[in-house]
Amino acid sequence: MDTKTMLSYIAVMAIVTYLIRMLPLTLFTRKIESRFVRSFLFYVPYAVLGAMTFPAIFSSAGGLIPSLAGTVIALILAFRGKGLLTVALCACAAAFLAGLIPGL
Amino acid sequence: MQTLGFSCGFRDGIPIGLGYLSVSFTFGMMAVAQGLPVWAATLTSMTNLTSAGQFAGLSLMVTGGGYIEMALTQLVINLRYALMSLSLSQKLDKTVSLLDRFLFAFFNTDEIFAVASGKPCEVGKRYLFGLAVAPFWGWSIGTLLGAVAGNILPIPVRDALGIAIYGMFIAIIIPACKQYRPVLIVTLCACILSCLFAFLPVLNRVSSGFTIIICALVSAGLGALLFPVQEQERQAQ
Repeated sequence: MDTKTMLSYIAVMAIVTYLIRMLPLTLFTRKIESRFVRSFLFYVPYAVLGAMTFPAIFSSAGGLIPSLAGTVIALILAFRGKGLLTVALCACAAAFLAGLIPGL
Repeated sequence: MQTLGFSCGFRDGIPIGLGYLSVSFTFGMMAVAQGLPVWAATLTSMTNLTSAGQFAGLSLMVTGGGYIEMALTQLVINLRYALMSLSLSQKLDKTVSLLDRFLFAFFNTDEIFAVASGKPCEVGKRYLFGLAVAPFWGWSIGTLLGAVAGNILPIPVRDALGIAIYGMFIAIIIPACKQYRPVLIVTLCACILSCLFAFLPVLNRVSSGFTIIICALVSAGLGALLFPVQEQERQAQ
């Protein structure tokens, strides 16, 4: 692949991604009054993150068992109110340790 | 009402940035393993700032996909950002000018959006740009490091790093679920739907980008119908 092709690919990706993010943010500068729409938008982040996490997390760390171990640890720590970084790193550590157990 | 400054945003961005390091490290490592030069991997991260879209884009690049295919793939995978940007547009205070919106749109990732949405009050310009600093550099530097040094890490370590991003997602979701039951119901609904799309025949042929959009529309729509949010409750979240 030559440099020009590579730059074109990257430009296409970047422009499409930017437009998707930019248009709604600049077009809707006023408060939306509809209670339904406001409620809908309030729930969106959690729905999106939930759908992105499950079931993808079960195959995220190599095998099923390490991924499950990481998931359980992440759920427990998040439930106890630990921060983003702590939860993420401990999930990695749990997945790594579970991956070391032979036969899994 | 209290306003959140640049340094407060910057602090909130640090865990995201550190989390990104591990995910973008994986991206840099994979990009180079599949034949991309280090500069191209790093440039992709610095101009796109998105995880799923970049991983999909990478495989299209190396298999020589068309530009239209590339554009459509990015559109489908990243369309969720349109929902997030729309949601975020309702959360900004008066310090955020139109120009700021044009600029900040670039930084509206899943995690930056989630943290900004999680704030109990409206968010301003200083907070937002503070919030974006660490994630942007974490994503860029992580890619560079992964591209240059990824093959040094043993495979079990690389595998384990793959769960980092989801650990972060869980850390964002769970506190909100604990605090407000409708959020728990909406989130569970999205998780179950998403699993159905992954495991049921026919449904599992829907691309991952569309799956996320469908799950989000249905669950958040259901939430809005069944549990419309009072403005006061919203502020309290």
